Amino acid sequence: MAVTDAGSVGGQIRDWAYRTCGYTGLKVDTQAQALIKVNAVAAVVFLLLGGLMGLAVALTRWPAVHLLPAEWFYLVLTGHGANVLLFWIIFFEIAVLYFASAILLNSRLATPKLGWLAFILMVVGALMANYAVLRGDSSVMFTSYPPMQASHWFYLSLILFAVGALIGVGVFFGTLVIARAERTYEGSIPLVTFGALTAAIIAVFTIASGAIILIPTWLWSIGLIANIDPLMYKVVWWGMGHSSQQINVSAHVAIWYMIAALVVGAKPLSEKVSRTAFLMYILFLQLASAHHLLAEPGLSAEWKIVNTSYMMYLAVMGSMIHGLTVPGSVEAAQRRNGYTKGAFEWLTKAPWGNPAFSGMFLSLVMFGFIGGISGVVLGTEQLNVLMHNTLYVPGHFHGTVVAGTTLAFMAATYLVLPLVFQREIVWPTMAKWQPYMFGIGAAGISLFMMGAGTLGVSRRHWDITLTDAAHAFEYPAAAYLMMGLNGIFAIMAAIGGAMYILVTVGTVLFGKKIDEAGTHKLTFPLHSGGPQAVSEYGSRGTLKLPGTIILVSIFFTAFVLYYFVNWKYLSDLWLFR
Amino acid sequence: MAVTPPEQRIWWNEPIHKTELGWIVIAFLWGLFMFFFMIAWHFIGEQNLSTETYRIQPAKYEAKVEAFAEQFKVAEENGVPVVRPPAGEDVFILGRLWEWWPILELKKDQSYRIHLSSVDWQHGFSLQPTNINIQVHPGYEHVITLTPTESGEFGIICNEFCGIGHHQMTGRIRVTE
Repeated sequence: MAVTDAGSVGGQIRDWAYRTCGYTGLKVDTQAQALIKVNAVAAVVFLLLGGLMGLAVALTRWPAVHLLPAEWFYLVLTGHGANVLLFWIIFFEIAVLYFASAILLNSRLATPKLGWLAFILMVVGALMANYAVLRGDSSVMFTSYPPMQASHWFYLSLILFAVGALIGVGVFFGTLVIARAERTYEGSIPLVTFGALTAAIIAVFTIASGAIILIPTWLWSIGLIANIDPLMYKVVWWGMGHSSQQINVSAHVAIWYMIAALVVGAKPLSEKVSRTAFLMYILFLQLASAHHLLAEPGLSAEWKIVNTSYMMYLAVMGSMIHGLTVPGSVEAAQRRNGYTKGAFEWLTKAPWGNPAFSGMFLSLVMFGFIGGISGVVLGTEQLNVLMHNTLYVPGHFHGTVVAGTTLAFMAATYLVLPLVFQREIVWPTMAKWQPYMFGIGAAGISLFMMGAGTLGVSRRHWDITLTDAAHAFEYPAAAYLMMGLNGIFAIMAAIGGAMYILVTVGTVLFGKKIDEAGTHKLTFPLHSGGPQAVSEYGSRGTLKLPGTIILVSIFFTAFVLYYFVNWKYLSDLWLFR
Repeated sequence: MAVTPPEQRIWWNEPIHKTELGWIVIAFLWGLFMFFFMIAWHFIGEQNLSTETYRIQPAKYEAKVEAFAEQFKVAEENGVPVVRPPAGEDVFILGRLWEWWPILELKKDQSYRIHLSSVDWQHGFSLQPTNINIQVHPGYEHVITLTPTESGEFGIICNEFCGIGHHQMTGRIRVTE
């Protein structure tokens, strides 16, 4: 038990208990630990539900299989979006926020009762959304563009979920205040917490945008408001819809730093640079509502250009910086660990058998190469006309949200299980292969959907053969090949997802209990300097990083080439102005 | 062991690694290039989406499209008028559940002022296989000056989800030499 200064925080002082982690030396508030556990479990449950729906979608879009009838396809697609993009990711993010505040700062969690209230609201919202979708009268897609109308339960469920998430974010901010007041750490907060703070700040903007648009839309659905302007709806809705993806980016970048720290002992090359990159996210990422409005009437080209580029690509610069500093910090750490031969010994001798590391590194590479580059191309004012609402769009965001965020969260789970749930991972061989299975599947989904989109295939479309259409049209044969390959890789990703859920649930239920002393040797060990690296700040300093320089050079070359290839495609189109 | 005093308390004064600095400069300059290239394309490029938009009541727009189809109708296919407007003319396309209406015949290398709007929900104007994709809103009339550069049969697919018949919503543009 610790003693606190009652005056410093105001409000009531609760009885709280800590345990000291035998592996990291961190003090773990048991209330925070319980909340992390329930949020993580809820996340996995909705991943299972949304993942199965995603598989059904992919198998329907595979023309040779065409699994579901049309009504079910649109219903399941709506549910897929809500369950994985919102519920899986945000439950997990709330767990990350509690971890990055209470645990990393050795603090107690602020107002755990409100943390439970947040959790209950989110669970009620998520269940209600599934109820609304399964009723069959809310197949409006995740975006629910008016004048198409869903059941009022649908809008209400999202509002409840968002209120819950906002309370969770408030608990995170409160914990930062308490940790500061009670001096549980010295100097600045660690980089991982700083990244989580970035995510939390963007979350407030995001949830506010959601409230501004969903509350009137809900009132419209129960008949109290006559009309919702469809263009206004999109401008504000995407203030939530796209910014919530920026929460994911900030959260998974923070997780990259965390895993790199815990598993290979990496520290940021420069605190100043990494933190400034996060700051760019806070300042500019929320402009991205424009990414969804580039092919719309009624908005000026000036507005589109400034917003879509996140103010001259300053937020993209933030991501490109992390794209160098994360592998750079791994290289620097591995060179200190003694892997100094050549340009790449640090990478070849990295712990590829540890799913936390392999998941993190695959997430980093695929987020950059697949999600990142395609995102910039898709978000270029004129180029967007080539891809707007084609399958290129889901191709892009499966590269960011599935190959990037989801894989990073899965990787983090392999640390959460032994350290927070205090269970040894069951079936380590399956765990070892899981990130590869899921990662390659996700990469395939993204690339083949982007390929089909480049050939013009529409997103959210039940039948690309257009059999019953008024005017027949044949998509090129290559598009069918792309959709078939997309189905095959979706099966692979689904197997990877099932492996993740088996290992996670198996470990939570049947994993060998790990004692608190840390005498047990973990199957996937931490680096001896990892705990310091993650819970302190300080730069790694100057080392030569030839491997990282080569990696980012390949990335930059691919980026520039792909960017210009798309301008070439655009210049071949009919002329329009 | 975890909370030991930091190595460098004043981390914001630490020098930045040369590799990082170089990459920041490259990323920044590349960002500037991409930003100004979008502006430049408005001057050097021939594919820029028009921003000319008017607010209109869906019923009024529907009446305009019908008048247009009546005026330039040359044939009928399965009850849908085939409309051949003269070059340079205002051309009206209607999106509704679940068709693009009417069928258009345009001449290659001639410019037309294409009007796009919807009478019900949002739709996605996706001209294939050229791959031009534009969002269509009810209540907004979007005017685009379009010049076909190839002849042949072209499909218009709907690529914004518009309910259970979404995958049946198509239209046609024929371009003649």
